[in-house]
Amino acid sequence: MAENPYTLFLLKGNKVKVCKCFHFEKKLIIQFDINQTHVLWRCNVVKYIGKRLVYMFLTMFLIATATFFLMQTLPGSPIASYNKLNETQRAIVEKKYGIDKPKPVQYAIYMKNLAKGDLGTSFVFKGKSVNDLLASRVKPSFILGAQAMVFGTIIGILLGMLAALKQNTIWDYGSTFFAILGVSIPSFVFASLLQYWVASQWHLLPVGLWNDGWKSSILPSIALAMGPLALSARFIRTEMIEVLSSDYITLAKAKGANGFEIAFKHALRNALIPLVTVLGPVAAGIVTGSLVVEQIFAIPGIGEQFVSSIMTNDFATIMGTTLFFSALLIFIIFIVDLLYGIIDPRIRLSGGKG
Amino acid sequence: MKTNKWLLLVALSVVLSLVLAACGNKDKDDDKTAAPDKEDDKATEQKTEEAGEPDAEQVLNLIESAAIPSVDSAIVEDAVGFNVLNNVNEGLYRLNLENVAEPAMAAEEAEVSEDGLTYTFKLRDANWSDGTPVTAHDFVFAWQRAIDPATGSPYGPFMMSGVIKNATAISEEKMEVSELGVVAEDDKTLVVSLERPVPYFLSLMSFGTFYPQKEEFVTSKGDAYASNSDSLLYNGPFILTEWDGTGDSWVYKKNEHYWDAENVKLETINVDVVKDSATAVKLYNDGKKDRAGVSGDLALQYGTHEEAVLQPETSVFYFKFNQERGGEKTPLANANIRKAIAKSFQKEDLADVVLANGSVPANFLVPKDFAFDESGKDFRDISGDLLVYDAEEAKEYWAKGLEELGVTELELEILGGDTELSKKMDEYFKAQLEGNLEGLTIKLKEVPFAVRLELDGNQDYDIQVSGWGPDFQDPISFMDLFVTDGPNNLMSFSNKEYDELIEATKDELALDPAARYEAFAKAEKILLEDEAAIAPIYQRGLIQLEKPYFKGLGVHPFGADYSYKWAYISGKE
Repeated sequence: MAENPYTLFLLKGNKVKVCKCFHFEKKLIIQFDINQTHVLWRCNVVKYIGKRLVYMFLTMFLIATATFFLMQTLPGSPIASYNKLNETQRAIVEKKYGIDKPKPVQYAIYMKNLAKGDLGTSFVFKGKSVNDLLASRVKPSFILGAQAMVFGTIIGILLGMLAALKQNTIWDYGSTFFAILGVSIPSFVFASLLQYWVASQWHLLPVGLWNDGWKSSILPSIALAMGPLALSARFIRTEMIEVLSSDYITLAKAKGANGFEIAFKHALRNALIPLVTVLGPVAAGIVTGSLVVEQIFAIPGIGEQFVSSIMTNDFATIMGTTLFFSALLIFIIFIVDLLYGIIDPRIRLSGGKG
Repeated sequence: MKTNKWLLLVALSVVLSLVLAACGNKDKDDDKTAAPDKEDDKATEQKTEEAGEPDAEQVLNLIESAAIPSVDSAIVEDAVGFNVLNNVNEGLYRLNLENVAEPAMAAEEAEVSEDGLTYTFKLRDANWSDGTPVTAHDFVFAWQRAIDPATGSPYGPFMMSGVIKNATAISEEKMEVSELGVVAEDDKTLVVSLERPVPYFLSLMSFGTFYPQKEEFVTSKGDAYASNSDSLLYNGPFILTEWDGTGDSWVYKKNEHYWDAENVKLETINVDVVKDSATAVKLYNDGKKDRAGVSGDLALQYGTHEEAVLQPETSVFYFKFNQERGGEKTPLANANIRKAIAKSFQKEDLADVVLANGSVPANFLVPKDFAFDESGKDFRDISGDLLVYDAEEAKEYWAKGLEELGVTELELEILGGDTELSKKMDEYFKAQLEGNLEGLTIKLKEVPFAVRLELDGNQDYDIQVSGWGPDFQDPISFMDLFVTDGPNNLMSFSNKEYDELIEATKDELALDPAARYEAFAKAEKILLEDEAAIAPIYQRGLIQLEKPYFKGLGVHPFGADYSYKWAYISGKE
């Protein structure tokens, strides 16, 4: 670490920050960044991304393989009326669906098609490709997930800040309590509660279904947002308390910056970094939450399809949805890792070195 | 002489006018029975102040329990698919509101040959939704497609094997598809040859697998046929719209090309898939949906709701007593042990308190309100109650059984489902059986449905809570289950007399409905009273919430669940 010129500089930079001209120095750092280490960084980052892509590919391969063979241990047949046919008729139907071949052969065929981007044909939705099935259902899930993510983190950040700024007051305890509730109560319980009170009792929003425009998406999004909200509130609170006690905040205060400025301009920026690290797990939480929440609000999304494909032994759809979710998560984690580098240069370089 | 002639003439004209008048009346009656009559009765039953006059706006909002996997009649194998088919397409016959199959695409009752092996149908002048006529060739094409091994349809072989001539051989790739026993004599005449006389054949003609498909349309669409609501042709009361092939919502619109369109009142039916029963009820309470099923705990809560309707089903649940497990005889191979268990649990409490979902106790295998003889008498009235609860008798049988086995204690396993309700039910059995039969220990094994099927297939259980829903309207749908080595027996039950009776109903008794029902009744008595091969538990029911303005819904005991053809909205405003 110490030999690294860039880190050294930053350490120096941090020291500089304590001096009078905070804003000026900040600019200097950026300028220096561009002028002297930019080339080095870019070179590292390409290598880094390349390596990560290889790992991502390997991960997907392992997930596909594991899912394929685990799925075969599910009891029952994907053909719903299997037990209504005689032996010969069964064999013919199995052949038609390609499940008469030995498992390794089926696996090889599946992987070959997968490499071409073909997720196969659904057993339940007769003759429909899993690609189309996912495509037609991705929109509601995406809208819910994105809204939950944005809404959850923003409110969470505000709550966390409030708690930190008013540390050890009723505000702090209130928001901490709220955050603990959010972490410990699963999203589907919130979903049911929201549905009962907001929709059924107060008639403010629709009970469910996906036919009332944006209104339909509000309650499920809020239900899904509870997890990210609670998590980010907790993180921001801890970080803010630490940041608020650092020297440069004292400086900003001395300089005469008002509370709002200190909180949002100076403190929040540094407090945000650790939050980025948990965005990956948060996204995973939203995906798993959507499996049940979509069912409760009768949303025609992918999560709901995932559950029913397992119930019906729809092998191709189980594979398709699992791979889709895995790819999504791996991609989010990858983006989050890249974001670290952009937000915090220190990680950027050590990541490149490592 | 002359007066005689005059008299004759007068007499003839009187007779003729009577006949004509009768005809005229009959026509009128026909028009009426097609729709409002029955609903009027219903309406007066429910609310006397309502005349049942249809509203100006005829829009219905419904819930479906799952998405539509397919609307291709040759391929459909699930409840939702058959329900959609029944409302957008039509076969030779259609189940009416009284659940009697009546001519639909067929213009009149079929002509049946003396040996019961050949059915000739005259088709009515009906059109597809593209305006072209429905012909006999459309039926030939669709049936051949359903049985063709290349289609890979499970329901084609299942419904046709042993019924339509050569179907079994074709489904096993031993014969050409063209040899299927269905021929279009001309555009409007369809001749069907059967493998054996099938007394319930006409009711089968209302089943989705036997619907027509227009060859030209299907081949021109290729793989895209039935992939969404635009790539389908309709000949039923409604057309399907806004269905993208995998989506969770779709809309039925009235089919203006339907031959009986004047009797279809609903203009639009909006359907959404809602899998969560609590959500369904909330949508219903919010007025977004006009009908919702309630199950589980909700059934307890809503069972007495003023808008709750009991919807009887035709699925019967029973204990299967496995007589041979892992190559060895089980204690259940002893008839006295079986009888003791079968008679040792109270069914009324189970249905009313434990299940509380509209189910009724069953002392039978063939359900009630399901199969009727020619005079319309329920098969249950012919066969009566069998193997009823009697704790005292059960104890006697139990003592006898234990003595025969030379033991004083027995441990048996009950294999059941893993749902909340199944678990509650299993606990009840355990308490009842252990309470009434001294020395009996019950072990409960609760597994998911697919696992249970697998254990059933391997005959790896002692007592299993099992059930059966019929695919066609005849006692044979149930009675066939337990013939020796039958594919669904899977408990090593075998009784020669039973087998012979069942065989006779398919063979020499096939054309004698009364004797046939007698044979079924006798066989059922052997199965239950004499052998206690199985122990009936309950006949399932459903509780549905239904808005009072929603009238004329056809609810069917087999095949498709519902008909919307005669349904309408009255008094919603």
